[in-house]
Amino acid sequence: MLKTTLQDLNISAQCKKYDLSLWQCPHFFFVLMGVVMAGVISAVYGIGLHFLNDPQVIALIVLFLTGALFIITFVITQAFEKTAEANRLKSEFVSIVTHQLRSPLTSLSWAIEALISGEFGKVEEKQLEYLKILKENNSRMGELIQDLITVTKVEDSSQFKNKESVSSEGITKDLVFKFQPFIQGSNIDLKIKADEKLPQVLTVASQIKVVIENLIDNAIRYAKPKDGVKGLIEIFIFKKEKNIQFEIKDNGVGIPKEDQKYIFQKFFRSRNVKEMQPYGSGLGLFITKSIITKLGGKIGFKSEERKGTTFWFTLPIK
Amino acid sequence: MKKILFIEDETSLQKAFGTILKDKGYEVVSALDGETGLKLAKEENPDLILLDVILPKIHGFEVLKKLKEEKETQQIPVIILTNLEDMENVGKALELGAMSYLVKAQYSLEEVLEKIKKALGEL
Repeated sequence: MLKTTLQDLNISAQCKKYDLSLWQCPHFFFVLMGVVMAGVISAVYGIGLHFLNDPQVIALIVLFLTGALFIITFVITQAFEKTAEANRLKSEFVSIVTHQLRSPLTSLSWAIEALISGEFGKVEEKQLEYLKILKENNSRMGELIQDLITVTKVEDSSQFKNKESVSSEGITKDLVFKFQPFIQGSNIDLKIKADEKLPQVLTVASQIKVVIENLIDNAIRYAKPKDGVKGLIEIFIFKKEKNIQFEIKDNGVGIPKEDQKYIFQKFFRSRNVKEMQPYGSGLGLFITKSIITKLGGKIGFKSEERKGTTFWFTLPIK
Repeated sequence: MKKILFIEDETSLQKAFGTILKDKGYEVVSALDGETGLKLAKEENPDLILLDVILPKIHGFEVLKKLKEEKETQQIPVIILTNLEDMENVGKALELGAMSYLVKAQYSLEEVLEKIKKALGEL
């Protein structure tokens, strides 16, 4: 916590994060206000000692300093409004762009589907091959847009307000069921081990589903069966102090040590994963971490290249 | 031949999906904005309306509201076909009287056509 506090006090870094100059940055003005108020109180006390018999002077000084404080407060409020407006415009921009991008993609997708169906004329093998390439790339663009929409939603705090009691084991089992065809097709075993009578968590069910889906999806993709060894994914759900802890462990390719510190960054994909699967947005883990943080939990992992990875996250118990 | 009024401002989707619907044996009437959509709904008396939400001139929900208020159009089933996917919009559309709410990017062509057939009583 001390480290976070000190990082938060690095005003210059905070302002750069929002792409604001120091004189537009609310963090800077808050600190300035604090310094000014401390100075004002000391000055009024000091001056008051000298002008104890002349209260009008003290009153004038207090009035002047109050005026100065009002001006600083006004500037801080303006800076906040600009930051909030910039955030709103950014979200609106992403929303409009992704909405506008989705429409032509839908046209493409449905037209390709109609052609592949053969209902409107026989499709030769070579033509079918090219149509499938079009369909695959169209799907990839659609998935990337969906990821960008999810990122915008994750950055919108109002998406995390409506919490409800959720059974962690229940949600996980439902999602595993959904992934069954993918699991079987990838020649992987998946086991779930959950403590009995787990307490419910107070959370946003739709967001937790995104987290678990992302982690299971990654585990399946990168739990590569090798040399006759079947891919194995184990999901553990247990109570740990005041939280429920989820662990998703695979015996797959692991994360190279030099890439581990970047793993939660936007658009980052580690070297070995790019070799296995050239296509991916690199947003899944960024989204996952953002959601868990917003829900009051923690997330981490341990990994060794060519041995496997365990991702874990916690959620506070209701 | 059943008639479908397709209110959608994205011209590429109008062309692609409009053509598919015609090839499937439907008569298709197109509107590129909400105002034209309302006008054609009254003039053409379609069997089904496919309605986008973000439309020029009159917003899709406003169009839906007016369709359900007018005697001549209130019985026509309306399917919302949009890329907006938040629960608030879904709830609002169903409250205003839409038969269903489909997020275009989440449905395959086959699934959308099945919904249309159901709405027209063909399934």
